[in-house]
Amino acid sequence: MVSVSEFFQHLMNGLTLGGIYALIALGYTMVYGILKFINFAHGDILMFGAYIGLFCFDALRGNAPLGTWTFISFFIAMLISMVVTAGLGVATERIAYRPLRKANRLAPLLSAIGVSFILSNSAAWIWGTQSRKLNYPFDNTPFNIKGVVITPHQVMVLIVSLIMMVSLILFVNKTRMGKAMRAVSLDQDTSRLMGINVNQVISMTFAIGSALAASGGMLIALDYKVYPSMGMMLGLKAFVAAVVGGIGNIGGAMLGGILLGLLETFGVAIFGIPTAMKDTISFAILILVLLLKPEGLLGKAVKEKV
Amino acid sequence: MFNFFLLILIYTGIYSLMSMGQNLMTGYTGMLSLCQAGFFAIGSYVTAILTTRYGFSFWATIPLSAMMAAVFGILIGLPTLRLKGDYLAIATLGFGEIVRNVLNNWDSLTGGPMGIQRIPMVKFFGFTINPYKKIAFLVMVWIFVLVFYIMFERLGRSRMGRALQAIRDDEIAAEAMGINTTKYKVWAFAIGAAAAGVAGSLQTVYSLSVTPASYTFMVSVLVLCMVVLGGMGNFAAVILGTFIIQLISYFPQLVGLSSVIPAQFKQILFGLILVCMMIWRPQGIIGTRSYMVGKNRVKMEAADELA
Repeated sequence: MVSVSEFFQHLMNGLTLGGIYALIALGYTMVYGILKFINFAHGDILMFGAYIGLFCFDALRGNAPLGTWTFISFFIAMLISMVVTAGLGVATERIAYRPLRKANRLAPLLSAIGVSFILSNSAAWIWGTQSRKLNYPFDNTPFNIKGVVITPHQVMVLIVSLIMMVSLILFVNKTRMGKAMRAVSLDQDTSRLMGINVNQVISMTFAIGSALAASGGMLIALDYKVYPSMGMMLGLKAFVAAVVGGIGNIGGAMLGGILLGLLETFGVAIFGIPTAMKDTISFAILILVLLLKPEGLLGKAVKEKV
Repeated sequence: MFNFFLLILIYTGIYSLMSMGQNLMTGYTGMLSLCQAGFFAIGSYVTAILTTRYGFSFWATIPLSAMMAAVFGILIGLPTLRLKGDYLAIATLGFGEIVRNVLNNWDSLTGGPMGIQRIPMVKFFGFTINPYKKIAFLVMVWIFVLVFYIMFERLGRSRMGRALQAIRDDEIAAEAMGINTTKYKVWAFAIGAAAAGVAGSLQTVYSLSVTPASYTFMVSVLVLCMVVLGGMGNFAAVILGTFIIQLISYFPQLVGLSSVIPAQFKQILFGLILVCMMIWRPQGIIGTRSYMVGKNRVKMEAADELA
C-alpha cells in the first residue's frame, strides 16, 4: 500500500504530466472538431516550438545569473516561440491541407504524415539529432510539504497550463472569433452562408492549436530533453488523451490529458508496470476506450448519416 | 557499381512485398495502416529466433512468419477496424512502436537492443544462397515477389477484391449491399500483414542479423510513400514506386556523394513526395488501373469531378 504522502506525490507528478498532455491534446481536438481530420504533424509542431523556445531563451538569457531577468526571459521566449509556431501551423495548413479539403478522407492524412516527416527531419538536419536541455530559468530547489516533494518547475507547469486552458475556454465561449469557431465546427456550409470567413477561422484554429503546443513544448523542455523525434510519442499520447476525453471536445481534451497523466504515473508507481513499458499504457487505454466508449468520456455519439 | 545496383534490386524486391501488402490495405480498402514496420519486424524475428535457437530451416519459417504477422494483424485489426478510419492510423502507429518497444526490452527472447546475430544462411538443395551471391539471392527474392504479385493481382480481381474496393468507395453502401465489411477489412489487413512478415524473413537472411533499430516508424512511412508514388490500387505500379524510392534512398551511395548529402535530406524528400503527390497527383505516377475501359471510364472521371 502507498502512504498518504506518496499518494499525493504521485498525484502531483501525474497532474503536471497531464497538464502538458492536455495542452497538446487541445491542438488535436480543435483541428478535429473543425476539419474532422487528425493533424499528424501536431507533435512535430510541438517539437519545433520547444526548439525555438529553447534557442530564444538561451539568446535572451546570455550569461545572466539566475534571477528576475532569467525568469522573465523564459516567458518572453515562450511568447516568441508561440507566435513563430503559430505561424508554422498556419503555413502547414495553407500549403499541405487546404488544397485537399475537398479530396477524399485519406489524402489529408497522408499529406499530414508527409508534413510530419518533413518537419522532424528538417529539425534533425538543422539542429542535429543530439538531445538538448533547457537551462534552468529559475532556482529549481524542491520544497517539501509534509513529505511531498514539489519542484518549482512542477508549480510552473501547473500554473501555465491552467492559465492557457482557462484563457482558451474564455476565448472560445466569449469572443466573436470563438463563436465563429463553434459555428464552423457545427456546420461549415451554413456558417459560410451566415457570412463567416471559414478559411480565416480554420487558420485561427491552427494558429491557436500550434501556439498551445509550443507552450507545451516549452514546459516539457523544463524537465525533459528536446530532440527532433520527440514529437512522435508525445503526439501519440496527446492524441490518446483527446480520444479518451472525446475528440472534438475542448473540455474533453483537458480532462483526457490530465487523466492520462495520472494513469501513467499511478500505473508505474502503484500497479508496478515496468518503466520501459510506460508508453504501452496509453496505447492500451486507447484500445480500451475505442472498444468500450469510442465517442470518449465527454463526446457525443454521432450516427453516420447516409 | 553493378553490385550496388543488384543491392537496390534486392531491396526493391523485399520492400515490394511490404508495399503490395500496404496497397491491399490502403489502396484497395482505404485503410491507412502505419505499422508495416511492425509486421516486418515480427516476420524477421520469427525467422531469426527459429533458425538460430530451434534449428528450423529458413523455408519452414516462412509460413510461420506470415501466420504470426497475420495473427497480430487480426489482433490489432479487430478492435480498430470497426471504427472510423482515422483511428486505425493512430492505433497502428502505436502498435508499430510497441512492437519495437517489446523487441528492445524482452532480452531473453529477442536479445534486446543488440538483437540476434549469426543467422544461418539459406540452403536450397545443398546450394547456399548467401548475401554475397547477389544474383542468386536476387532471383530468390524476385520469385517471391512474382508469387505474391500473381496472388495479389488475382485477389484484386476476385469477389474479395471487388468487395474491398466497394468498401473503399463507400462503406455504408457496401454494407447495404450485403458485404460483411468487418470480415473483409480484417482479412485484407491480415493478408497485407502476412506479406510484410514474409518480407521480414527475407530481410533476416539477407542481413544475417536483426536489431530492433532497423524497424522504425520510418520504414512504415517509406512503404506508404512507395504505394502513394506508384499509384494506390495498382500492384505493378506499386512495385515501380518501390524501385524509385529505393533508388532515391541509395542514390547518394550510388554516385559516391553520401558524405556530401546529409542523411535527413532524402527523408525530407520522401515527406515532400507524400505531400506533393497528394496535392497534384493523388492517383500516383501510373494511376489506378480501373476495370472500366474506354468511354465509360472517361464518363466516370467526369462524374467524379462534378461530385
